Amino acid sequence: MAKFGVVVFPGSNCDEDMVLALRSVAPEAEGHQVIKLWHKDHDLQGVDVVILPGGFSYGDYLRSGAIARFSPIMTEVINFANKGGHVMGVCNGFQILAEAGLVPGALLHNTGRSFICRNVNVTATTTNSPFSAEAVPGQAYTIPIAHGEGRFFINADGLKSLQDNDQIIYQYCDATGQVTDDANPNGSVYNIAGVSNKAGNVFGMMPHPERAASALLGNTDGFVVLKGLLMGVGV
Amino acid sequence: MQFEAKITVMPIAEILDPQGKAVALGLANLGIANVEDVRVGKHIVLHLSADSQAIAEAAVDTACKKLLANLIMEDYSYTVQEVVLA
Repeated sequence: MAKFGVVVFPGSNCDEDMVLALRSVAPEAEGHQVIKLWHKDHDLQGVDVVILPGGFSYGDYLRSGAIARFSPIMTEVINFANKGGHVMGVCNGFQILAEAGLVPGALLHNTGRSFICRNVNVTATTTNSPFSAEAVPGQAYTIPIAHGEGRFFINADGLKSLQDNDQIIYQYCDATGQVTDDANPNGSVYNIAGVSNKAGNVFGMMPHPERAASALLGNTDGFVVLKGLLMGVGV
Repeated sequence: MQFEAKITVMPIAEILDPQGKAVALGLANLGIANVEDVRVGKHIVLHLSADSQAIAEAAVDTACKKLLANLIMEDYSYTVQEVVLA
């Protein structure tokens, strides 16, 4: 039985989608719980997993995620993460995690200057992470992106460290699972779409698995991330 | 004592600045042909009270490091001047 907490910041707009997607992989009927946490709260209410959803927290002023990182609840989220708690950030949530230093790197304006909202393909670079444990190596999963600032940046030493520690979880790829320059939508270093911290319990990704989590809407590839998370937390 | 801090935050040299590239294109379209490079950053002005110049500078430096700039992608510089009320 897992309890998920989805944090709502002023300007979050994927929180409801994330709650619905989590409820479909972790139904209440099976004893799971998905709750929302308000950014001004100081209490994580005993959740097993914290999710920072997508959106435009604080209007993306200054830099995406920079101001949300200092929301009251982030003190608790940082403590929770440092004690080994599972934290996932999607899109703006990933930007907030990066600003908080909970995952390495930074998210810059897309190379092509435009906001990109479309399906892309990602492949799991490792399956030694609860966030990709359900993925089939080499397989392409179609998950949409919707961001203006999604270009993952890290310097050469940082990239080497990510590779050495198996922290690159997902990379942008083509429909056959090949990681190519053409399949990189935003200029991210090494096609990186999702990374974890060194300990592996904190993870951020730009694509939106919660937007690929409905058979009725024609795409359930996002379940690979959400189901993996449910299995991986082992509760 | 009252101080005014003028802070400049710029994207670091080694990363592509798409906004600067777009502005360069606009300047070229405007007919200003001799512009070779454009980088766009932020200018931030703070008013603060502190007991000394050193304390004011320390506060500004902390503000830059922790929030106003992200040192992975940006550099910052600042000047802090005492504001003498007439």
